[in-house]
Amino acid sequence: MKEAPKKKRLWLDLALILALLILAGVLYFSFGVPKEAGADVVVIVDGVEAARYPLTKNGTHVLNGGTNTLVIENGYAWMSEAECPDQICVHMGRIHLDGQLIVCLPNGVIVTIEGGDDGGVDIFG
Amino acid sequence: MGLAVALAMILSFVESQVPALVAIPGVKMGLANIAVVFVLYKLGWKEAAMISLIRVFLVTLLFGNLGLIWYSAAGAVLSLAGMMLLKKTGLFSEIAVSVAGGVLHNMGQILVASLLLETDLLRYYLPILIVSGVVTGFVIGLLAGILVKRIRVEG
Repeated sequence: MKEAPKKKRLWLDLALILALLILAGVLYFSFGVPKEAGADVVVIVDGVEAARYPLTKNGTHVLNGGTNTLVIENGYAWMSEAECPDQICVHMGRIHLDGQLIVCLPNGVIVTIEGGDDGGVDIFG
Repeated sequence: MGLAVALAMILSFVESQVPALVAIPGVKMGLANIAVVFVLYKLGWKEAAMISLIRVFLVTLLFGNLGLIWYSAAGAVLSLAGMMLLKKTGLFSEIAVSVAGGVLHNMGQILVASLLLETDLLRYYLPILIVSGVVTGFVIGLLAGILVKRIRVEG
């Protein structure tokens, strides 16, 4: 197979890497960076909203028939337990900003924060 | 060939024993891709595809979560297709090929996850998964490139 000279190939490697990093940066800013406190903790199971709790109300909720446990306390939400072996969602930590996510892929559970005091900022707009 | 599968399996096992560095689904080192890139250069795309698919299957059975096989498979297929195409152009070295593989692997997983969970929220992970694909792909490509240069394969 015909190949470009080694030096040229390394430059093209670099160009491709830079292009990808720029793409990542553009996507990052175009999606909006979560920075405003949210109002509701929304639980989505298999793409359907399954529950919604105010972030201000402390409590422990069993999700999806027991696969995950969600804790809301002092304005933060986090996954305290999960049945899956990787425990990634448990390690994702606490969220409280509009648009932040906790995802548990194996169980199809997503927990996200929505809305400000004005009844929901349209973050997709 | 069998050796390469074995190597890929060992690397996958090593990786499964190392705790995730970052708590983001999909961010991992992809060590086994060293074997796939190596075979892609030394033996050809059919062999690389075989290694890759056998690996997905066996790793899922041995150390993984059966529910996640579609993520692995989609990642593997997309990544392999991308690496084959880039290599075919002859314009890039192992590094860019492996970087493309890493990024596409992550894209494949996001895509499947978005479809299965019927959500578009996962798009927020795209930027970080592109960056992580670039970083891991770079390291893997560097290593695979050294192996490709140093090891002779007969047959």
